[in-house]
Amino acid sequence: MSLRIVVTVKYVPDATGDRHFADDLTVDRDDVDGLLSELDEYAVEQALQISENSDDDVEITVLTVGPEDAKDALRKALSMGADKAIHVEDDDLHGTDAIGTSLVLAKAIEKAGYDLVISGMASTDGTMGVVPALLAERLGVPQVTLLSEVSVEDGTVKGRRDGDSASEQLEASLPAVVSVTDQSGEARYPSFKGIMAAKKKPVESWDLSDLELEAEEVGLEGAWTSVDAAAQRPARTAGTIVKDEGEGGKQLAEFLAGQKFI
Amino acid sequence: MAEVLVYVDHVDGAVRKPTLELLTLARRIGEPVAVALGNGAADTAATLAEHGAVKVLTHEASEYADYLVVPKVDALQAAVEAVSPAAVLVPSSAEGKEVAARLALRIGSGIITDAVDLEAGDQGPVATQSVFAASFTTKTRVAKGTPVITVKPNSAAVEAAPAAGAVEALSVSFSAQATGTKVTGRTPRESTGRPELTEAAIVVSGGRGVNGAENFAIIEALADSLGAAVGASRAAVDAGWYPHTNQVGQTGKAVSPQLYIANGISGAIQHRAGMQTSKTIVAVNKDAEAPIFDLVDYGVVGDLFDVVPQLTEEVKTRKG
Repeated sequence: MSLRIVVTVKYVPDATGDRHFADDLTVDRDDVDGLLSELDEYAVEQALQISENSDDDVEITVLTVGPEDAKDALRKALSMGADKAIHVEDDDLHGTDAIGTSLVLAKAIEKAGYDLVISGMASTDGTMGVVPALLAERLGVPQVTLLSEVSVEDGTVKGRRDGDSASEQLEASLPAVVSVTDQSGEARYPSFKGIMAAKKKPVESWDLSDLELEAEEVGLEGAWTSVDAAAQRPARTAGTIVKDEGEGGKQLAEFLAGQKFI
Repeated sequence: MAEVLVYVDHVDGAVRKPTLELLTLARRIGEPVAVALGNGAADTAATLAEHGAVKVLTHEASEYADYLVVPKVDALQAAVEAVSPAAVLVPSSAEGKEVAARLALRIGSGIITDAVDLEAGDQGPVATQSVFAASFTTKTRVAKGTPVITVKPNSAAVEAAPAAGAVEALSVSFSAQATGTKVTGRTPRESTGRPELTEAAIVVSGGRGVNGAENFAIIEALADSLGAAVGASRAAVDAGWYPHTNQVGQTGKAVSPQLYIANGISGAIQHRAGMQTSKTIVAVNKDAEAPIFDLVDYGVVGDLFDVVPQLTEEVKTRKG
């Protein structure tokens, strides 16, 4: 038996940088450093753990859709221990929305071949958290999403989903799409050996024609949503700051009462 | 007038507040038609009618509880086909976003998530979103198909607007995918008696400065004096001092209450991403240089172990 895992990852602008919009109201990627979305590291980690806990032959492919720099995200995942990588890059992808991204990913996942897809719970830039569900819908396979615990055995994926009102145990047959939360387990740091090994691992580059997609189906033009305006929020006006000299709590209560919170 | 579908989030017939907010927003763009699914669906009708639902489409089946997400998508799709609405509104819970996304794809429509406001526009509803840790506000609309929009809790004040609320049975046939993901067990979360974090009008949070699980009692006492929900920063959650379900921030929950009180929280970007749209922000922190003070309407530089209990006592006294 063998198990083919595809981990979808995203290269995102660093949240600690000064993120803003370009003139066409897409995310400006030029002025901020990018990195592997932190939440996708958890997906890579769970793929590695499934592999380590399996008697089967497991192959882990990391997949990203993004510009040239997005290779950095793939390298990070490879240095953590993934086996190979696929980079979907095409100028026509600029401005693709979540629905379009799920189309490109689904085509690439089908072309790569898979038994299990693992994603992070959301990207740390768009933070929509809808791509795993969209992938399941497109691929026509079960979604087993937002898991804080995941295991795979005998062609079945099981996991725990911690919702607002209940914690649920889920189960589905493979093939399936899984997404994991930041509670699934701390992601490992790449070792020196891992970083060196990653340099030799294969990274395939695919464009839209490799996926039999037309330019109109993706990009800004193909987007089913339109951002019409983006405005920087005005800086908050400076608040009142007091030093506690024994009456700090009372002063705060006075403020809250003035604002009618008490 | 065009009809607008509103997906009802309810627990055994008790409608949760974000749904009532959606009914208020829906009235700006059309006539709200509510869709209530699962156990107790019909029991939601009176509340929904009181808040503007002209019609309540209901369907009860065990599939909604026994399988994940897809049965709800099947039902909403049936409702869209029955009503041909101008838009579909869904509460922005984790599950709500998944249901909305799959529905949008199926009906060939664009999706907007986490709207914080909604208004009618020449080319369909316009959603306001707050992005990049709330440093930008965008106006977005759906360019293709029936707009599917998820709306964050606390995005509108609930208004009563009595309407007919006529209950109609929705006819649903489940897809082949509906039974793909089994729910094999469910452990209800124990109620703390406090408001739900994402829905609360006031949130009192603790961070690294709380310095231990046992000290969260101080945070909880303040929260209880104000009738507030309790939040925690990632540092506090990762240290095991408070459950992950209470985590506020990028990888936890985004909250947008009337009042947010941050105690012993420095205000890293990841935390700010989850609370920066709060209307009034207050912080208590020993470190005068903590970035949280850049956000506050009122800040106290001081030891939370002195300030917070004093504040709690004062709140209790003033409330009598």
